[in-house]
Amino acid sequence: MITKQMKGTVAQYGGLLTALALLILVFSLRTDSFFQLGTARLIANQIPELTLLAVGMTLVLLIGQIDLSVGSVMALAGAVLGVLMAKHDWSLGAAVLAGLATAAACGWTTGAISIWFRIPSFIVSLGMLQIARGATRRLLESKTLTIGSDIAVISEPLPGIGLSPAFLIAIVAVFAAQFLISGTVFGRYCVAIGTNAEAVRMSGIRTAPYAITVFVISGLLCGLAALAPTSLMEAADPGAGNGIELSAIAACVIGGTSLMGGRGNAISTFLGVLVIAVLQTGLSRMSVEDANKQIVTGVVIIIAVLIDTVRRNWEKSAS
Amino acid sequence: MTTLLAVNGITKRFGAVTVLDGVSLDVRPGEIHALLGANGAGKSTLCRIISGLLASDEGSMRLAERAYAPRSKQAAERAGVQIVQQELNQVRTLTVAENIYLTRLPNVCGVVRPRRLAQQARRVLDHFGLNDVDTDTVMGTLGVGRQQMVEIATALDRQCRLLILDEPTAALSGGETQRLFQRLRTMRDQGIGIIYISHRLDEVAQLSDRITVLRDGQAVCTRPTSSLSTDQMVDLMAGAASGQQHAFRSFATDQTMLRVENLSAGMVRDVSFSVRRGERLGIAGLVGSGRTELLRAVFGADPAQGGTVQIGAGRPRLFSQPSQAVAAGLAMVTEDRKHSGLLLRQSIRSNTTINSLGRRFASFGIIRRQRESQAAQTMAAQLDTKCNHIEQMVGTLSGGNQQKVAISKWLVRDAEVFFFDEPTRGIDVAARRRIYRLIESLAEAGKAVVIVSSDLDELLETSDRIGVMSAGKWVDDFARGSWSAEQIMRAAFAGYRDAETVA
Repeated sequence: MITKQMKGTVAQYGGLLTALALLILVFSLRTDSFFQLGTARLIANQIPELTLLAVGMTLVLLIGQIDLSVGSVMALAGAVLGVLMAKHDWSLGAAVLAGLATAAACGWTTGAISIWFRIPSFIVSLGMLQIARGATRRLLESKTLTIGSDIAVISEPLPGIGLSPAFLIAIVAVFAAQFLISGTVFGRYCVAIGTNAEAVRMSGIRTAPYAITVFVISGLLCGLAALAPTSLMEAADPGAGNGIELSAIAACVIGGTSLMGGRGNAISTFLGVLVIAVLQTGLSRMSVEDANKQIVTGVVIIIAVLIDTVRRNWEKSAS
Repeated sequence: MTTLLAVNGITKRFGAVTVLDGVSLDVRPGEIHALLGANGAGKSTLCRIISGLLASDEGSMRLAERAYAPRSKQAAERAGVQIVQQELNQVRTLTVAENIYLTRLPNVCGVVRPRRLAQQARRVLDHFGLNDVDTDTVMGTLGVGRQQMVEIATALDRQCRLLILDEPTAALSGGETQRLFQRLRTMRDQGIGIIYISHRLDEVAQLSDRITVLRDGQAVCTRPTSSLSTDQMVDLMAGAASGQQHAFRSFATDQTMLRVENLSAGMVRDVSFSVRRGERLGIAGLVGSGRTELLRAVFGADPAQGGTVQIGAGRPRLFSQPSQAVAAGLAMVTEDRKHSGLLLRQSIRSNTTINSLGRRFASFGIIRRQRESQAAQTMAAQLDTKCNHIEQMVGTLSGGNQQKVAISKWLVRDAEVFFFDEPTRGIDVAARRRIYRLIESLAEAGKAVVIVSSDLDELLETSDRIGVMSAGKWVDDFARGSWSAEQIMRAAFAGYRDAETVA
């Protein structure tokens, strides 16, 4: 029983783990400083933001939708948090809740408008991207707002384990999302809606509430993600998360999530995030120019998806 | 006698499953050769190989005395082999004319010549008697039957030596079918060889010259059609165990379970009917008479403009969502299983339990996987669904087995009233029998059943009572014992005569 389960796990994650191991191996051979605990810590502190956004994106892609506004919404949540703490002396807890509520409201708006009025979420979330970014700049008067050291605890490594609360939150989110997808009625409905929403409706299940809830969850995860950059910088940045939605989508796709809906896995998405993070860090260590770094990252994304697709087709024809 | 197509020992495997096992077949020029067989017997696979859509693993073919091994559909077409597949292959957003000439649009340096296109398309449509179809109509706005006719007209217009038709009449009305047969006979007389697949045995008996029966991937025999009765055909397809018709038993009570009053929705005008517990009500009518629209409006899938629906002792109301109808005890097995019935890319298990997850297979929103798998397993065994395991993707099953999965989700969910819209379309005789038995057992269990079908024999066999719709209206009701096929057909046309006099 255990071996069968393990076999399934290897089959599911084996490709991604191999790719990750290869990347680590290459960077370890090419640079002296890569294969160290310090590097792992560095990466662990970098990824919470992208991980949380990518997990939310996985759920949104799963139901056959897309949310391009996640980077801006995260920035807006960070701005709300920063303004409340720096200018109105709110406590950390209360300010975090306000940030989460703001982000959830953005997610709900995007979801409700695209689902109720059947407007492609690509367009609605593109609008929300602009609105949230504009609102962020308005709140922060387009300047970085220093919050103070209260918020720093979220990114400070906890004594003993050497990992930050932000990282732990991200990991919990990954496993919670995976459980949601594979173990709950909600998740099953999401997969079904992404596969054939009309068939789900004709089965007597109302699809709109589930689809909108997914956007709200994605919004909440944006709110959580906002904690990572604000606590690292101890400031709210009007440019936070600019363009990060594309990295989030890339992480999902590297992890095998289908852009057509109906297939997605949060753990694979996390491995996708790791691939991107290891690549970025490794290339920096090798002192590769930024321009070349971008090219290499793009190539890796395409190769990863290519391998995954070829493998899937091969499995299909074999079964 | 000469041979047009000789198929020799064709074998095809999908993974470990052998779909075709050394099949041989010969088609003569100027004959209509019917291919019969149960679901998964390999008819469609064989046709796909002949038409270049699929490569065989073993065996060879000869076309007009020459070695023939098409590598693609285009190659087959160049050699003179045309196929009309069971599934519609059309671009729904393009016009009728564009669809007809999709691969050979008349153009000058890539710029389409619209006049020429319209003229040529008009000629193709007229040639097939489709005078009422406008060449500028967007394909997706036509009914399924019409789309099928356009597709067939397109295929028939192209030059070919061998024409393959896979279930062409599934969506056609009686008149359309007759028109098609006429054309096929003309083509036969011109020396074209035709391979014809259909589950409608009367059609096969009426149209074909010879019959080859496939069973479990093997060719059982080839016989002249005149030497076989339809019963013998069934026996050959089914093998030793023949599907015997058994006597109709009624389970109807006098307790009304579903009452629909004055329902209007789209083309459906002021329809009232009721079904009792244990009763099986068939709804007959021509394609486009509003039967499916009626069921969809009652079920809440499409908005209704007026009327009420009452289930059991519930209050009369209208459902605005299928979810409300299901909650009130309605179940609907839809006409179009790919589009609105099934999650093709998901497993048999997921499909079977999708609408009873919360009620039966979860506690606190968490799925009880073991229970779920057990239920799916039991269902597959009970309905005799042919699959490797319940984790298999539904899209990989044959049509009949897909339909069994589509029905099984409602059996797991359970309901008081069951709607079956074209329950056996494109399904072989054995699976059809299985579904009739299932409908009977639902009636026996006291459920109210409504069956919509274009196949009148199906309704005559399964129903306690048959209602007839014509041009959106409920025109008549016939009880078992006091009906005849002629009466029902006459009623089905009634609304169209009225409509003319009114207009």
